Amino acid sequence: MNIETLVFYFFSAITIIAAIGVISVKNSVQAVLCLVLAFFSAAALWLLLEAEFLAITLVLVYVGAVMVLFLFVVMMLDVDFAAMKQGFAKQLPLGLLVGAGLFGAIYWVIRFEVFGSDKVPEPAKSDQGYSNVEELGRLLYSEYFYPFEIAGVILLVAIIAAISLTFRGRRDRKGQSVREQHQVLKEERLKIVSMESEKPISNSNVNREVGDAS
Amino acid sequence: MSLTHYLVVSAILFAISIVGIVVNRKNVITLLMCIELMLLAVNTNFIAFSRYLDDATGQIFVFFILTVAAAEAAIGLAILVVLFRTHRNIEIDNLEELKG
Repeated sequence: MNIETLVFYFFSAITIIAAIGVISVKNSVQAVLCLVLAFFSAAALWLLLEAEFLAITLVLVYVGAVMVLFLFVVMMLDVDFAAMKQGFAKQLPLGLLVGAGLFGAIYWVIRFEVFGSDKVPEPAKSDQGYSNVEELGRLLYSEYFYPFEIAGVILLVAIIAAISLTFRGRRDRKGQSVREQHQVLKEERLKIVSMESEKPISNSNVNREVGDAS
Repeated sequence: MSLTHYLVVSAILFAISIVGIVVNRKNVITLLMCIELMLLAVNTNFIAFSRYLDDATGQIFVFFILTVAAAEAAIGLAILVVLFRTHRNIEIDNLEELKG
């Protein structure tokens, strides 16, 4: 058993145990921390697969930003998370059945006899000069430049959506309120006044009034 | 280490997160975390295939999945915060205003 196999089994075991912790721990803060551990050890697995850039991205973006966001929300909401675990024991048999069925179905496809991945030779280790970042960057800025820009737009939309959903500041600025526009009634906007029709003002009359004013 | 080893790990991860979704149907935050776990399993699959087929396109795909997942988590948590402000709890069973 060489060192790579050892590292693989070690981090796989940590990932799976942490994932089980995510779904079974009572306290939601601990669940988020278990998820952080799962992401860390999955990043180690990705390093083993020579995807260095994505492994670092997973740690920086996921553990550093998304999981901290989760922690913020979990700690901010004043919810009795333990009470939500009420149906856990009741649902567990069904859940295990579904999970085992799904895993069985996947394993039935990817086992050695069918998939034949043990016959494929292991890819050679990259040499010293190889840079994962460089390769990804070259692909991203040439072949996949258009999807890359769309990803930027998606992030922008996400920022705007998240802010406008949770914004609780002043609402008295001059903006269009579609709801009020739809709810408006005819009586509120239109007032019909009955009055006599005006007579045209003669020219000499106007001149006299101007003179009086001066 | 063959490709199947990595595929089995991510299949186990995926199955665990399915179990989590079935078992924790009340708690929206746990559901979101299970979805993140599923995406992690899928990403591991992509990277394993990318390595064993020697094609960096799989890693590009993972890059985009990470982007979309981050956006999804941000908007999901924003919706969760708004939900908590209006209902004072986040149980899925209480979300029945749209029921006819």
